[in-house]
Amino acid sequence: MSTVDIVSRPAKIHSERASTALSLGLVTTYLSLIVALPIAALVFESTNGGARAFWDVVTSPEAVAALKLTLWTSIAVALLNAVLGTITAWVLVRDDFRGKSLVNAIIDLPFALPTIVAGLTLLALYGPQSPLEVAGHSVNVAFTSTSIVLAMLFVTLPFVVRTVQPVLLELDEEMEQAAKSLGASGWQTFRRIVFPNVLPGILSGVALAFAKAVGEFGSLVIITGNLPYKTQVSSVFIFSRIESGDRAGAAAVAVVLLAISFGLLLTIGAIRHYATRHDR
Amino acid sequence: MTGSRSRRYGLRLVAILYLAAILLGPLALVFFRTFEHGFGAAWDALSTAETVNAFKLTLIITAIAVPLNTIFGIACAIAIVRRRFPGKGIVNAFVDLPLALSPVVVGLALFLLYGRDGWFGGWLLDHGVQVLFSLPAMVIATIFVSLPFVAREVVPTLREIGDEQEQAARTLGANGWQTFWRITLPAIRWAVIYGVILTTARCLGEYGAVAVVSGRLQGETETATLRVEERYESFDLAGAYAISIVLALIAVLVLVGMTAIRPKEEAA
Repeated sequence: MSTVDIVSRPAKIHSERASTALSLGLVTTYLSLIVALPIAALVFESTNGGARAFWDVVTSPEAVAALKLTLWTSIAVALLNAVLGTITAWVLVRDDFRGKSLVNAIIDLPFALPTIVAGLTLLALYGPQSPLEVAGHSVNVAFTSTSIVLAMLFVTLPFVVRTVQPVLLELDEEMEQAAKSLGASGWQTFRRIVFPNVLPGILSGVALAFAKAVGEFGSLVIITGNLPYKTQVSSVFIFSRIESGDRAGAAAVAVVLLAISFGLLLTIGAIRHYATRHDR
Repeated sequence: MTGSRSRRYGLRLVAILYLAAILLGPLALVFFRTFEHGFGAAWDALSTAETVNAFKLTLIITAIAVPLNTIFGIACAIAIVRRRFPGKGIVNAFVDLPLALSPVVVGLALFLLYGRDGWFGGWLLDHGVQVLFSLPAMVIATIFVSLPFVAREVVPTLREIGDEQEQAARTLGANGWQTFWRITLPAIRWAVIYGVILTTARCLGEYGAVAVVSGRLQGETETATLRVEERYESFDLAGAYAISIVLALIAVLVLVGMTAIRPKEEAA
């Protein structure tokens, strides 16, 4: 070993520590500037007038109506996703038909499509100019809670499918064959073997879909018509409060949505922790 | 056996009807309506100065947000997987937050920070920097909502490849930078590209957060998605459809990219 090497070694370790610290510093600074500081400003603004003012805004009839509507439509959407998403994932993994890979690719379309476009397309098919007819009446769900559910279903479509699909792919078919050879019916095999295995996937997909549904805005702007007490969900409520200059009102309801988001992220983390308990 | 076959067909039918009702039907109808009166009408709607400007603005914002979030995403993933530091749990939680938070809440938070009475807004305005209702706020909003995608794609890949090769490179005398370029980056490249595609799609399609902070000045702070809504509100359905179709075609390109890269990412 040359003397140069011996001399340079401590300097090198020193510079590596510095570069690690530098990259960590950049990551945390970026995250603070973009995410943490705005969130802090939001929480600060909502509590500016004291807890009493915060509570008064959050429990005002219009805000409560919006939050109730948001929650029940999101729960409906989460449940529909749990059933239809799981069926879709099962069909994509276990079934085989022409065009399956195309169907598989299309699942991700809601990730890639702007939400405002999603709302506009749903309005074209299910709105006042709908070409569809049911029992002699032309379909029109615009400005109703049905349109909220439809729009939320559109934007949350991939979540359950994409969390259940990999689990089903990895699931050993031998277990199911063993259950069948021991006399279990198709339904029993699903309930006892498949379902317990895919349940964590379904739950974390449902939680993600629920979070997305609660916060959804773009696809709802056009199709729901923003009618207070009728079709105004919380995100639209916040937007209309910002437009009318009521910052404290907007911030208070926004903090409620923020708390729901954090709660759901913690839940998803806990589900993942539970689902990977055998790998640890 | 017939029972299991009819069940299989039944489930297939449910899945396909579900996709048709929610996704394909609406999109196909808008596609049809756009070109109902010929290609020329759609082209006229697209080539107005305001619409061209809106697309330009969307591209500018995307061109700034995507590279920044890519660099951040890679650095953040390496920090989460390879380093130990205090506050790692908090970093992890904040990186995921944009996935679960309403874009309107994001917009409002930035509005409060950079508005005239905000923590930064007043000081910046005094020094001649307009953030709210102009490009900077729109870029920051877009960065916020598209922040997690690269990091979320790279984290599992980094975990899977392990750090043995990186350590080997280190013992052979490579410095941190060399190890990153020669060992780490080639191993995670497909995950990075996949994350970049998702980030780009999210940036091009952002609506809610940008709607709050842009002020929607026509021809100035109007992005393509805001333009769709503006055209719809002005009863110009043809214009709204034409812009939507361009955005949908971009989304299809994104899907093609995702489909092409996913197998490579899984094989890596």
